[in-house]
Amino acid sequence: MLRVDVEKQLGEFSLQASFTGEGRVIGLFGASGAGKTSLVNMIAGLLRPDRGTIVLDGETVDDTAAGIHVPAWRRRIGYVFQDARLFPHLNVAQNLDYGRQMNRLAPDPAQHKRVIDLLDIGNLQGRRPGKLSGGERQRVALGRALLAKPRLLLLDEPLGALDEGRKLEILPYLVRLRDEANVPMVYVSHDAAELRQLATQIVMLKQGRVTSFGGVKVLA
Amino acid sequence: MSDISPAEWTAILLSLRVAIIATLVATPFGIALAWLLARRDFWGKSMLDAFVHLPLVLPPVVTGYLLLLTFGRKGLVGGFLADTFGIVFAFRWTGAALACGLMSFPLLVRPMRLSIEAIDRRLEQAAETLGAAPWKVFFTVTLPLALPGVLAGMVLGFAKAIGEFGATITFVSNIPGETQTISSAIYSLIQTPDGDAAAGRLVIVSIVLALGALIAAEWFARRATQRLHGN
Repeated sequence: MLRVDVEKQLGEFSLQASFTGEGRVIGLFGASGAGKTSLVNMIAGLLRPDRGTIVLDGETVDDTAAGIHVPAWRRRIGYVFQDARLFPHLNVAQNLDYGRQMNRLAPDPAQHKRVIDLLDIGNLQGRRPGKLSGGERQRVALGRALLAKPRLLLLDEPLGALDEGRKLEILPYLVRLRDEANVPMVYVSHDAAELRQLATQIVMLKQGRVTSFGGVKVLA
Repeated sequence: MSDISPAEWTAILLSLRVAIIATLVATPFGIALAWLLARRDFWGKSMLDAFVHLPLVLPPVVTGYLLLLTFGRKGLVGGFLADTFGIVFAFRWTGAALACGLMSFPLLVRPMRLSIEAIDRRLEQAAETLGAAPWKVFFTVTLPLALPGVLAGMVLGFAKAIGEFGATITFVSNIPGETQTISSAIYSLIQTPDGDAAAGRLVIVSIVLALGALIAAEWFARRATQRLHGN
């Protein structure tokens, strides 16, 4: 369960959001500039709220009143960015293994195989990110985040940088991820159709405020 | 080149030793400073930046004289180091390495700083979300991506160190076998009536070393660009 109640001033823009998510996939919906990425960055721990609390599965990761701010690297919250952000000096296999090494997790061949099969990235292992297509890059980024065994997975417009054809190529993987990976997700998008397919719960954000909250019906 | 005399070899080898030690010792400090200047905002940052570049614009004889005042046997730091640790810089090859390291420092830091500035900070954020503590982010992402720039800085610093003259001769004088580098050997030779041929040979050695370093630095810079594009 994810409980967010935060305020943040970013220049002229003020973000004030409060919601509790319990679904498998919380869809964060809003136009660009609505504050979606800032909100997700706060959940990830990359951005500090000015005021408020963030609680994940009963653990307070942010509480400005109590002076609590768990740094991003201790949160175990995975993040898939719009631009993949694979490490260019590492090949695909090394990128995939990065989170496991950083968190000092024991090798888990069963999970490794499951994730690689789920995303169909077994044949890319030796390649450098520069030699991958946009869709392949995004699938590797998904795998990299999952293999770090996160408690929550944040996906910030993971299809945003892809053209229509590629989107249709990735979408089925995301559906499978939702149904099989067993990791709760926050899925950010400005595309209602995408969220209708993936989300189980919607948080609608408009100019830095939550305007509605509920089932996928609120998208209508 | 086969008729390089033993005395000239001594100067060449001494220059190489001085420049290599100067570069190796300066590198960790250079990386730390480059990172600080590229990634941190703090009070007095532009002052620090100017201070680092000072040896580039000060007359080398001034830098050498300041080194003599500070690190000489009667100097504040030099006296302390000599009495406490038995480390002496004045009129020793170690002093030449100190002078060369200081004089080449701005050139060594610059490519390192540029290559760290060129790294996409969002890659470092991605590493953080994957569980990497800040120091691990530095060693697994920042430093590997900056490596070609780090090497380019080392090569440039080395090239500058091997040719340093003014500060070195002021600080540690021109003692054959101890502090006489290629540059000070050339300086002595051209003041000697029959020194032209020997000076000419050392001049050629200097040009070859400097050109080689520039080509190497250029090659590393190109590698850096490729690395950042993930090929």
